[in-house]
Formats: sequence, C-alpha cells, structure tokens
Amino acid sequence: MTSSQTPTIDGNEAAARIAYLCNEVIAIYPITPASSMGEWADEWASRGQPNLWGATPKIIEMQSEAGAAGALHGALSAGALATSFTSSQGLLLMIPNLYKIAGELTPFVLHVASRTVATHALSIFGDHSDVMACRGTGFSLLAAGSVQEAHDFALIAQAASLAGRIPMLHFFDGFRTSHEVAKIIAIERDTVRMMIADDLVAAHRTRALSPEHPVLRGTSQNPDVFFQSRERANAFYDAFPGIVQAAFDRFAGLTGRQYTLFDYVGAHDAERVIVLMGSGAETVHETVDHLTSRNEKVGVLKVRLYRPFDPATLIAAIPASTRAIAVLDRCKEPGADGEPLYKDVLGAFANAAADGLRAMPRILGGRYGLASKEFTPGMVKAVFDELAQALPKRQFTLGIHDDVTNLSLPWDESFRTDAGNALRHAVFWGLGADGTVSANKNSIKIIGEDTDLHAQGYFVYDSKKSGAVTVSHLRFGAAPIRSAYLVGDNDAGFVACHQTLFTERYDVLKQARRGGVFLLNTAASAETALDSLPENLRQQIVEKELAFWVIDAYQVAHEAEMGRRINTIMQTCFFAISGILPAEQAIAAIKKAVEKSYGTKSKRLVELNHRAIDMTLAHLHQVDVAQASLPAATGFAKDAGWKPALQPPAFVRDVTLPLYAGLGDRLPVSAMPADGTWPVGTAKYEKRGIALEIPVWDAALCTQCGKCVFVCPHSAIRARLFPADAAADAPVTFKHVPAKSKDYPAGTQISYQVAPEDCTGCGDCVEACPIHDKSNVSHKALNMADVSPLRAPERDNLDFFLALPEFDRDAVKHTTIPGSALLDPLFEFSGACAGCGETPYIRLATQLFGDRMLIANATGCSSIYGGNLPTTPYTTHADGRGPAWSNSLFEDNAEFGLGMRLATDQLMAHAQNLVKELAGEIGGDLVDALANAEQREEAGIRAQRQRVAILLEKLQNSAHPRSHELASLAEWLIRRSVWIIGGDGWAYDIGYGGLDHVLTLPWDVNILVLDTEVYSNTGGQTSKATPIGAVAKFSAGGKATAKKDLVKLAADYGHVYVASVAYGAKDTQTLRAFIEAESYLGPSLIVAYSPCIAHGYDLQYNGRQQEAAVKSGHWPLIRFDPRLEASAGNPWKLDSAAPTQPIREFMESETRFAMLSRSHPEAAEHFMAEAQSIADRRYQSYLALARQGEPKTGS
Amino acid sequence: MFDLSTSYLGLKLKNPLVPSSSPLSKHLDTALRLEDAGAAALVMHSLFEEQLHAEAKMADRFLLNSGIGHGEAEGFLPDHGGDKSTLDHYLEHLAKLKSRLSIPVIASLNGVSLSGWVDLGRELQQAGADALELNVYHVAADANFSGESVEARYASLLSELHGGVNLPIAMKLSPFFSSLPHLIKQLERAGARGVSLFNRFYQPDIDLDSLRMVDCLHLSTPDEALLRIRWIAILHGRTRLTLAASGGVHSHEEALKLLLAGADVVHLASCLLLHGPERLGQILADMENWMSEREYTSVAQLKGSMSQKNLPDPDAVERASYIRVLDGYGPARGVRS
Repeated sequence: MTSSQTPTIDGNEAAARIAYLCNEVIAIYPITPASSMGEWADEWASRGQPNLWGATPKIIEMQSEAGAAGALHGALSAGALATSFTSSQGLLLMIPNLYKIAGELTPFVLHVASRTVATHALSIFGDHSDVMACRGTGFSLLAAGSVQEAHDFALIAQAASLAGRIPMLHFFDGFRTSHEVAKIIAIERDTVRMMIADDLVAAHRTRALSPEHPVLRGTSQNPDVFFQSRERANAFYDAFPGIVQAAFDRFAGLTGRQYTLFDYVGAHDAERVIVLMGSGAETVHETVDHLTSRNEKVGVLKVRLYRPFDPATLIAAIPASTRAIAVLDRCKEPGADGEPLYKDVLGAFANAAADGLRAMPRILGGRYGLASKEFTPGMVKAVFDELAQALPKRQFTLGIHDDVTNLSLPWDESFRTDAGNALRHAVFWGLGADGTVSANKNSIKIIGEDTDLHAQGYFVYDSKKSGAVTVSHLRFGAAPIRSAYLVGDNDAGFVACHQTLFTERYDVLKQARRGGVFLLNTAASAETALDSLPENLRQQIVEKELAFWVIDAYQVAHEAEMGRRINTIMQTCFFAISGILPAEQAIAAIKKAVEKSYGTKSKRLVELNHRAIDMTLAHLHQVDVAQASLPAATGFAKDAGWKPALQPPAFVRDVTLPLYAGLGDRLPVSAMPADGTWPVGTAKYEKRGIALEIPVWDAALCTQCGKCVFVCPHSAIRARLFPADAAADAPVTFKHVPAKSKDYPAGTQISYQVAPEDCTGCGDCVEACPIHDKSNVSHKALNMADVSPLRAPERDNLDFFLALPEFDRDAVKHTTIPGSALLDPLFEFSGACAGCGETPYIRLATQLFGDRMLIANATGCSSIYGGNLPTTPYTTHADGRGPAWSNSLFEDNAEFGLGMRLATDQLMAHAQNLVKELAGEIGGDLVDALANAEQREEAGIRAQRQRVAILLEKLQNSAHPRSHELASLAEWLIRRSVWIIGGDGWAYDIGYGGLDHVLTLPWDVNILVLDTEVYSNTGGQTSKATPIGAVAKFSAGGKATAKKDLVKLAADYGHVYVASVAYGAKDTQTLRAFIEAESYLGPSLIVAYSPCIAHGYDLQYNGRQQEAAVKSGHWPLIRFDPRLEASAGNPWKLDSAAPTQPIREFMESETRFAMLSRSHPEAAEHFMAEAQSIADRRYQSYLALARQGEPKTGS
Repeated sequence: MFDLSTSYLGLKLKNPLVPSSSPLSKHLDTALRLEDAGAAALVMHSLFEEQLHAEAKMADRFLLNSGIGHGEAEGFLPDHGGDKSTLDHYLEHLAKLKSRLSIPVIASLNGVSLSGWVDLGRELQQAGADALELNVYHVAADANFSGESVEARYASLLSELHGGVNLPIAMKLSPFFSSLPHLIKQLERAGARGVSLFNRFYQPDIDLDSLRMVDCLHLSTPDEALLRIRWIAILHGRTRLTLAASGGVHSHEEALKLLLAGADVVHLASCLLLHGPERLGQILADMENWMSEREYTSVAQLKGSMSQKNLPDPDAVERASYIRVLDGYGPARGVRS
C-alpha cells in the first residue's frame, strides 16, 4: 500500500480528515486537546481542498464554544451539513444547543477529544467526564478506541446520523488517542462518497428552513403538549442502534473492517469479562489475548455505541458462561453508587435476570484513567484477578494508591503481555524547543510509511513553557499496536537523551531494557562519557549491559551551520544505531522528509540539514563499557554534592518535590488536599537551572535605575537595600555598593542579585539596561555570561541576599522605577516562556499590592504558569501575606472576580457592623478607627492590620455572644485589592460579555488584560485582539479586520479607569497606571501589551518590539481617569507621542506579519496600508479626546 | 538619427542607460515605466544572501520548529505551506518581468559566502534572466585574511558560478582594492563578461540616542561619479570585460563623462528614485542634445574617447591628476604670490 493509503497520523487528524470531507460549515473554538482538528480543517480550507461535493467548507472561529454551537445550530437549520470539534469545558458550553439540535432531530456529528471537566482543578488530560455530562442531551454517543477507529467512526457517525436523524457525539480519548501518532488504513474518498447517501443529504436540505416553504421551529410549548412532543421522538431513538449497526455493516462491506455496537473479544466460554469503552479497551484487548493464550477464561466487551443504549445487544454479546463482570468507567460521579456505564450494564443484566433471560452475574464497577492516568495490562490483570475473588470489591479504583477509602486494587507493575514483548520500544528525552518531538513524529512516519511495520508514537509534554522536558514513547511491530499506555520500565530497547542536563535530573534509563541501547548527546568524548554520568546511570549501563553511544550533536550542528538545531542529527543517530531500516534507506528517507518540510521555505535549510545528516555518523561513537566496573549502588541522586540552603516545609518536601521529580503517580490519595487547595511559595524550590547564560551585574557601572528588575519576566533579578553591617558575613563574591539615592540613610547598601537557577537566560534585563561603559558600548551594567562558573557562587549569594532583612517598604518610593524595583515580588520563577511579555505585569502588581491581592485568573497562559502543578510562582512576604489566587473558568473570570469583590465588601460591612455592636467591648476610639479607616494607601492598610491585631486580642477576653463571630470576620476589616487577570482570548472573546457587564458596575475591581493579540496558550489562534494583517491560526491569509478597541469601549462608559500600557516602551507610564488603577474606587481596566513567542521573534528583543509598537502607533499609550472629570479636568491622557515610525517597519520585524508578505504579498501590502491608516486614525481620535477642553488656538 | 546602441555582457543594447539594482524593479508598473522611458536593460533589485539566511532561520524557529514542549500548543503560527520564500518570489517576479518587458533583464545576486550560488544562478537562468550581476558584499575586516585571499575569493566565487550557468556574468565591485586592474584580470580569467564599478555599501551608522549601530544607505550624489570616471578611464581598452559605471549619475553630464571615459553602460538608480522612472528619458534626451550639438553620431564614437589610453597625458587620471588638484589650491600662475 502507498503512504497515502496507510498514513501515519494522529487521532485528531484521522477524525478531521473525514469531518472535513463530509461537511460544508465548520464552526469551532480552540480547546486542548481538540484544537488541532479545527486547525487541520482551516489548513485544508486555506489550500482550497474540496469536500465531497467539490466545495471548500466554510471554516469559522467563534468567540466561544457556545458561539460555535449557536452557529452550527443555525447552519444545520438552514440546510448545511455542519460539524465541530471540541472537548471538556467547550463541550459543556455547547450543551444547551446540543439539546436543541437533538430535539429537532438534526443529522450532525460533533467530534470530541474527550477530556476531564475541571472540578477541584483543571486538567487538559483525557477522560470521559465531559462526554458523560452530555448523556441527557439526546445525542448519540459513539466511542472510538484508537486512531484507526477515530477515522472510521467519524464516517460511520456521519452516515448513521444522516440515516437516523439522531445527532452523534463521536468521541475518543483526549491525548491518548487524539495525540497518538499511528499507522492507519485511510478510507478512500470513494468509500466516503458511498457511505454518504445523496438522498439522505437531500432529505436534510429538504427539512431546512426556507422562505420558499416556510415552517416554524423552536416554538415555546405549554404543559399541554411539551411532554407528548418529547415522547414523539422515541421511535427515532429505538431505531437508531439498528441504523448504526447497518452503517457498521455497510462500512465493513466497503473496507473489510467490521465493528458492532458491542464488540466482544476473548474466550467464547469466558467467566470473567471487562466492559469498557475508549482506548482502554485496546489495552484490555491486548491483555485478554495474552491471558486467553494461557487458557484463562476471560474476555472484553468494547462498548461502541453508548447512547442510545441497547441492553439486549450488549447482553447477547457477552458469553452466557460469564459469572463476573467488571465495568470500567473513565469518569467519576461523586455521590453516586456507581459510574454511568456500570449502572447501565447493571440495569441491563438486572432486567434480563428479572425477565428470566439470563442469570445475574456478579457485576463490579471500577474507575480508571482519570485525566489520562496510566491504564496498563498489569492493572487489567488486577481486575481479572479481582473478579476471581470470592468477595471482590464491588467498587474499586485502578492505577492509584487509595489509602483513604481503600478502594484501589494493587497491581503488578512488572506484568507484560506477549504483544508488548513482541514490540520494539524506544524512549527519547528531549527539550521542548530542541525539536525532539517533531523529529520523532517524523521517524514514525518514515517507519510507518517506508516499511510494513506498524508504528505508534505518544508524547509526554511538560507543564512548563520554558525549559520544558518532553518524553517521546515510540513502538514498532509487525502487528497492529493496541498498547494504549506508556513504554514501561525496562521495556525500551533504545533510549536517547538529547540533553546532557537531564542525566543529572532524571532517571533517563529506567525504561531501558537489558541489552538495549543508550544514545546520549554530550560534549563528553567516548572516553570520558561514562565518567561524566551520575552513578545511578553508570550502574544501569553496566547492569543492563547497555550499548552506550555518544555524539556531540551541538558540535555537529555548529559545524553544519545549523545553530543549535539538533533534531535531524539525533534522528540520524537513531536510525543508524537501531537498524530498523537499512542505514542508506533511512538517511535517504530523513533527507526526503527534510526536503518536504523545508523545501518550499528555504533551500538553504535543506542544504544545511543534509550537510548535518551527512556529518553525523562520523561523530557518533560507541563507548567501551566492557571494562567499566560497577559503581557502588548509591541510588539516584540529583546534582550530587549540592544541598539546598532553603529547607522546604513538610508538604513541599513530601508532595511538591516528588511531583517535580516525576514521581507524582506514586503519591497516595492521602497526600492530596481534598478540595484542590495548595500552598503558595513553591516555585522557588524547583531550581530548574535551564539558563545557559545569566546576567552579571557590574556594580561600579550601574546607576541603580531598576529597569532590569522591572522587565524581568521571571523575577530572577532582584534589588534590595540593607544597612552596611548586614553584609559583614556576605560570601566573598556577593556584590553590593552604596545606594546612590539620597532618599535612604547614609551608608545604605544596595545589591542587584541574580537567581542563577531560576533565570531562564532570556536576556531581557541586559537589553533593557540603559547604561553602557563609556569606553566600550558593548559592556553594560548587566552582561550575559556563561552560567557554569557562576552557578555555585551565585547560588550562595542568592541565599545570602534572600536572608537579608526586608527594607522598610514605606521608605521606598513606590512611584518610581528604581523604588518599585526594591519591593519584593510575590510572583517569582514561573515556568512561562523565556522572555514572556505577560509576567512582568503580574510581578509588578504583586510588588505593589501583593500583600492584599485576591486574584481571579482566567484560564490561559497566566493560569498555567500561575497555577499548573507541581508548583506556583505566587508567594508571600516573610510575614506570610501574599496574593491568594484562584482560577474558575475561561469564560467567567470577570464575574468570578466580581464575586470576590462582593463577598469582600459584604463581609467587611458585616464586620464593621459587628465592631459597632461590640463597641462596649472594643472601646470607642478603636471602633471609630476600625470602621472608618482610610485604607487607600499601603500605610493605611498596615495601620488597620495593627488595629485588627489589637481587636483580636480584646476579643479573646470578651464574653460577648458575638465576639467569636467578629473574631472570625476581623480580617475582612482590612481592605483587599481584587484583581481580575486574563488574556485577550478571555477579555476580547469568550469572557467579553462578563467583562463588559462588570465594567458597567461600580465595584472596585482591577482588571488586567495581558494582551498578546492571539490565543497564546492553545497555540496561536486568532482573537478579536489580533491586529489587521497578522497571520494567526484561522487567519492564514492575514486578519482582515482591525483589532477591537477595548480601551475605547471601556472608556466610553465614563466611570471606568482605563489604561493602555507597554512596559518596554514606557515603564513609568505602566507603573503610574497600575498605581492609579488600584487606587480608583470603581472598576479599572489595564490593557497591557504583552509580547509573545507567537509574534515570531526572539523575546530577547521584547522591549525593542514594544518600543516599535508604540512608536509606530500600533499600540498608543493612554490613561483615562474618571476622577479627573470630577475635578473638571480631562480624563483622557495620551502618553505616547505621535507615531514617528512607519507601521510597516514594525510589521516587517515580526514573523506574524512578515510571513504574509511571502504567502500573500498583495494582501500584505494592502493590510500594511490599512494598518497605517488605522493607526493614524486612532492616534488622531485619541489626540482629539486628550485635547478636549484645551483652549483653541488659531483663528 | 543617432546610433545610441552599445554592448554590455554580450547583450546588444539600444542605448547605454541601464537602471541598476534598486526597488524600482520590484514593481511591474515602475519597470514598465522605465522601459517606456527608454531604459536599454534592467538590473533587478538584489537577492540578498543574508535575507535568504534570515528567512531560513525565521522559518526554522517560528514555523517549522516552534514547539516549546507544552502539551497545549505544538506551534504558534499556521504553517499552511502556502508561503513562498523570497527566492521563489524573486524567480516569479523575474519571469513576470521577462514576459512583459522586451528589454534584457539582469538578475542581481548579493552575498558573501561561497555556498549555494550555483544553484541560485541556475534557477535564475531557468526563470529567464539574460545575465547575472554578482555583487559580493565582503568587508575584509579579518587581519589574517590577505588582500590576495580576498581577490581569490572573488575569483573563486565567480568561477564556480560561471561553471554552473550559461549566462554572462558581471561582477559588481567596490573601489576598495589595492590593485583593481589586477583583480579584473583575474575575474576575466575566471569567466566574467563584465564589471560594474562601483557598488555602494550599506554603511553602519551610530544612533546617538540608543548608542546602537544602525544600517543606512543614502542616495548618491553627482560627486561620486568622479571615482567611476577615473577607473573606467583607466580600464577601458585594457580589459576585454565590458564596463558598467554605477554610482553618482544624476544627469546626462555624468552619463556622458562616463561614456567618454569608456563605460559600455551607465547605471542609474538614485536619480530615478528621486525623480521617478521618467527621469531616464530626460537624461537620454539631454544626451542626444549634447551629442547633436557636438555632432556626435553614435555612442560608439564617443565611448572611451577620453579613456586613459586615448588621453595625450595618461598620467592625468592617475597620481598626476591628484597633484594637479592640489596645485589648484595654489594661486593661478599669473598671480603673484
């Protein structure tokens, strides 16, 4: 077969290929892990690929999934075939329309990469909780368990839905199937054509709303007929399982792949059977094959069609010999006595037993795989073993260690199946940005498409966006691969570590099997490589008799003029060593793949890659390990020899740090907080050490302007004042000089200290440093330098620095950049991208107001780097005070924050009333002071805290019946600063309705919009903040319309404080805006320009680009302060000068705009002209507003 | 009727005025206006090696390998494969110019490395270029790199390109060679058909506000023609290479002087950027008037008539003329001092 007939693709692409062919309107909204289905459709449409009817489907990105569902409902009502792709929260947002679409008996297929629904926490990973929430909608639920099935079922669903008029929710497991790359048999276009009956399509169109034959749909009904109407559709549901089976059968006739509503695999005389759906069924299938070959009487029932549920067919599919059944659900319904599939199967058998049709087997219910928790053959075996017990657990869980309710089943981690043993496994450890994943996807394609082997790839990503670690799990084998789980310990015949750093941090050889291969990218030679490794790795190399190969891939890349791009080099090594393909054939295939990827963009890249590939083998060396002696078994030790000065609290030590070390799967249930509440101040324990270079302070040259601290995205450079004698015991390399400012007592010292293992090496601070050596402009007051010799001394210096006493905050001028830089950040060392343009704003807010902040954070980048476990960058002052943070949803953040404000105000009022009520206990002066405290400024808040402390003391001795109540409410007497933080996807799109509503209200909330002008977290989709002419996903031809002017819209209300800021262009204006916004008693909105990796330039130049954005008029700086209007002033302030740089220059300097000049040169020209005109117009309109009330000049 | 025809790189041209590499060739409209104004050939805007490299880096980093290892985003910009490289656009534009213009089109390559030019040259040939101009942008800043090595690099680059294409090649040179005639002899051996004297480097400037180096390119001034006049005059008749004068031609006067010195063609850029493509027609008309007034009948007649070889005092274009200029700062001979 050709590669087009057996492509190697992931589940999302497999489903999207069919959905695209079979539909005319595709309305989407991005959400992980479904996003790429919409992106594929967008890509194919932008290339003009036709659907079955020769037309290019219309692809539309909406403002939310609710919007997408509305658009779909309309498109379906008006006669089009329409589809969408979604997941989790997105699916939940569609539910109201799902009821409508189903209620109107509309043929429609929604493809869902199923993902857990956020509860105590958000998780992007897979389980069926989202799909299960749709059981009541009237949608049919069809479960695919593999990439092949996601492809096949996408078509079968389309055909059945057209035939039966029941809309179908076709789902497959998020990540495990949606992102698994596998070799499949592609359905031919003619087959698709044959499955989609023209008369059924015509019938759908006939039912469309049309003024040519008008009807009324979507009525309001009264008690008299609503119920009967609902029952009227029963026949359609009754018939539907048969219709789906007919579609399965027709499909089998065309392709040879036969499915049934419930596919049974196993012993015909099975006594123990597992029932489940999704990818887990494949793992059970593999295990059943293994066990039945050993004469065990076991089987598995794969549920394909879950709704409409067909109990009779289910029971018929299970051998009559079955005595015990375990029904596994990949979801949890708290409070229920079993999960949905379990209850359905139980009910089916109960009825059959009651009717005398079938003996009642023992039926157990198990939960497994929540949020992509591993589900392995060992766990399956544990279930079968449990079923054989005389008194098995009626309800159990799998894959975890439940030491609280003791529901979990123990399992044998070393259990392996025959199928697993017949496969070749490979594991690759890579850096997020080093191309390891893309190279592996490429390798799988090569193997899948150039050989008869089956291939599978699954990729484990990181929670971090900088210095992220990826682990690629690859399998190859002669038979189809059903192993829907990671490569296990001691399984991999090939392990590659693409970054030497990982050998210090992770046990990269745990998956290596005896006699396997270990390939390491290292600067060490073949002679020294073994000695360069930590003991535990050396021990495994010897004990497991690994063949150890090394290459200095960075050196090869350098010599081949490839910079630091090592992926094709490591890929070449893999093929050379693994022998999966003959070396020549493999190298030719890699080169061909390079030509395919790079050819249209740059012949030079092709040439350089080819050169690197050709150079590789000469640099690949096998290490002689035969003579190596077994090192003493000291176990795995991270960075041996170093003991952190900072001793973590017990929770961090016992929970957080094991999570960080990748040992989270082993933590028992009892280690988890029950309600999703976690401690802050944990990022500082990670010490990731990802920077190659860090800034070095030239204390003599520095003017102490504080700009470096102001721009640092990771709070990895700090400033602190301290008395000279505090430095008496400083480490010898600790730098400090007298503070230049006259505001501080004579002799006060200042230090700018770098956190060497928390810095990402982005270089933003050095770029921002304005001080040059007069005799050598390339030397600044901060200069990047190799981290290696600096790591140890700067680590000690940082420990010393952090132990210095905090300087009196009141003695520092918060309103100046040098002063604000001296305020301790309560947001530090986040995992955001190196050079992130968002985080400096959050850090600034915490420096100014951190001890009193309540933060409502919309889902997005800021919630990921803010709250994705294992750690959080939010932290506290030494007194324990700091920002309290929570994320509700993506769409409701303004409302969530408003709720915090309302609660705060309500409880404060309540406490104030109690203070008055207890005046006799408290004393008149204190009552007045507590109730009427001026708390706009920090000093006032501090004074109030002292009063509250006194109050609490007094209440301790009070016998008043309400004294306890007041004591519990006393902290609400202290003003809180409510912050509502999120990105432009939230503020401009999905949450705009709520944001707008909150802006219309008078409440004191501070809204910070981190505007990257694109959906950053989900990978660069267009938002309404995307500027005209920018290329983004769903705007491949350039965004055709102007960015929404959120600033103007908010200012038009008149009572909202509004600021548009760009810290890299005018830091003082940013600082002023934050202080003004926070001090304003009504709603405040700060729209903050946030450079992002999605803009397509090195974020080292983040500041330069902000400057260009402002100078070109792309991002005018304004402040609108309603307080000025009250004092008869003009609330509008234009803080940036008239544009002095053509907007073209700005646009040409960022890939997001510049790439359009290559793909659509004429459109690019048009958009640049239009952008200039928009910028000019906007500036003039702001200028006119800022000049309101000025005396007219001239005649 | 005057016979204005000339020959450059083996191309028969209707007159000696050829717009040099400038943004005017980027648009079909201005290219057509240049032809209408009388341009005899057109040198396209340069295909810069650095631009191709930068573009490759950009595509590599932000389109092909933009993953950061986070599970929610495999990349940040859509890579729909529709985007073309600058080279593709250049080739397409070249083909378009060839299909719409009747004058010869000379493609221009600007770079410094030794790699990739042959393939590029072949593609330009395939797209219809009538000739190639190779502009080697090399600033010899390495103290370990001798003048001889610099010259060898030029010759080697040219030779490689010459071996790969069938098109005539002109080498555009800077004036900063210790022995220009010697270099030109080497280039002749390496297969060049012409030289263009001289290129005008983008010069780095210092921004006093930011203390950063910034690129800058000012338009030429007529004074710059003097350097060209000297070297064209020296080289005419001493090399088989055809000669293009480039830089400082703003009116018929500089053009005529360069032709008298021996140029086969005169390149125009700054004056066209300043005054529009139609300026070329004006210069041509003014040249014709001047020739008419002096009863010249052809360009061939005047070409090189004042080259060094044809001058009564050949030293006049070498050092002697320098001395004479210095003398000129003294009082006139008749003045007592």
